Amino acid sequence: MLRVARLLAAKDLRIEARSRIVTNQVLPFAAIVMVMFAFALNSDAVVSRVAPGLVWLATLFSLLVLVQRAFAIESADGATDALRAAGVDPAGIFLGKAMALAVQLAVLEIVLLLSAVVLYRAQLRLSGVVLLVTTLVAATCGLALVGTLYGGLAAGVRGRETLLPLLLLPVVAPVLIGATRATEAALGTGGAAVADGWPWVGLLAVFVALFGVGGTLAFGPLIEE
Amino acid sequence: MDHVVHLSNAVAVLGQFPVLAGANLTVDRGEIVLLQGPNGAGKTSLLRLCAGLLPLARGEATVLGCDLRTNRESVRSRVGMLGHANGLYADLTVAENVRFWGATVRASRSEVTAALTRMGLAQRLGDVVVSRLSAGQKRRTALACLIARRAELWLLDEPHAGLDAAGRDELDATLREATSAGATIVVASHELERAGALATRVVEVVGGQIRELSSGPESSRPESTGPESTGPESGEAN
Repeated sequence: MLRVARLLAAKDLRIEARSRIVTNQVLPFAAIVMVMFAFALNSDAVVSRVAPGLVWLATLFSLLVLVQRAFAIESADGATDALRAAGVDPAGIFLGKAMALAVQLAVLEIVLLLSAVVLYRAQLRLSGVVLLVTTLVAATCGLALVGTLYGGLAAGVRGRETLLPLLLLPVVAPVLIGATRATEAALGTGGAAVADGWPWVGLLAVFVALFGVGGTLAFGPLIEE
Repeated sequence: MDHVVHLSNAVAVLGQFPVLAGANLTVDRGEIVLLQGPNGAGKTSLLRLCAGLLPLARGEATVLGCDLRTNRESVRSRVGMLGHANGLYADLTVAENVRFWGATVRASRSEVTAALTRMGLAQRLGDVVVSRLSAGQKRRTALACLIARRAELWLLDEPHAGLDAAGRDELDATLREATSAGATIVVASHELERAGALATRVVEVVGGQIRELSSGPESSRPESTGPESTGPESGEAN
């Protein structure tokens, strides 16, 4: 299973490196979302206060684009069917696609966080670095796992482009809440202490465990006819 | 018993519609069996059933010794199916695609190179991104992936479609080589003259049932004059 996962992840990342969809389309899209938030809120104090939430909201919007893209490369020439026909372990497919998605999301989140520092004057503090990195890792894994699961679910359905946001956004609400609160604690937004963030990381870890196990078991039946 | 495929009163349904309605078919090792019949007759469904992709609703079906009633997933890694789509990644090169599909069955580097060489893709086209290939070249790449996967049973749906004359000759030679190396091939095609000349046996699929037509390439020739026949040059997409 892990061998297949590595194979799929390497293939997806190679395709992204060659097509440059993330760097040329998704990153600019996320940056535009961040700038639009700043225009809409039009207040340094407000923007600085809500910066962590805006970072994760922009991440969620970009996740939708990334998931659509991850499954479009499989369905364009019938590769999903070919993977099934070749007897490739569906759990390996799930984990491989989630791994590739996680790498892309991690790059995106780092860029968004840095843009929040520049645009929204969010403060990074040394005492919150461990919490911030842990939050990024946990939230990235959670988003990648749930995105892959629901991307696979929507991939075989007519109207998948509009169905995916409808299915995915409500499910990732716990990640949005948990990651935002933990990031606020890490950055000290509104006087939050670092210790306040760890319970939210716990919530993210539970989410990762649930969707990691559930997705690995459910992905096979999901892509079957 | 060395039947590669054995179907007995096989029934398969898509939704509520029976796509195979009591199909009987036996294919032995090394055979090239041509499936002919009108559109919607059940040829593709028959191939998908044999590939373990379509569930068996009733009847009996074994492929490469695997019982499709109980464990249709286990046959998939030993079967190579090439349908209407090629299953290729447009942003990867020809060699990367073949390497990827070979890696799914742990094919060695030399096996991948041999597959590329066999389909004439090792030299100039190996490093070309698939999105830049013609339809025929994509088909050849898909066949190279099949070779790299070391499939024991090849299930081909309109394999000549999109190939030029040279590509078709190469494909026929590849299929003959594959059978002499121990593979078994079931091919669905409307190009009866070319596929019939290749086949060791011809069966007709009509209304989800199978009728034996001949046991040799010559006897399939008269069938090629039917309304479904598109002639040897049809399907040219290049």
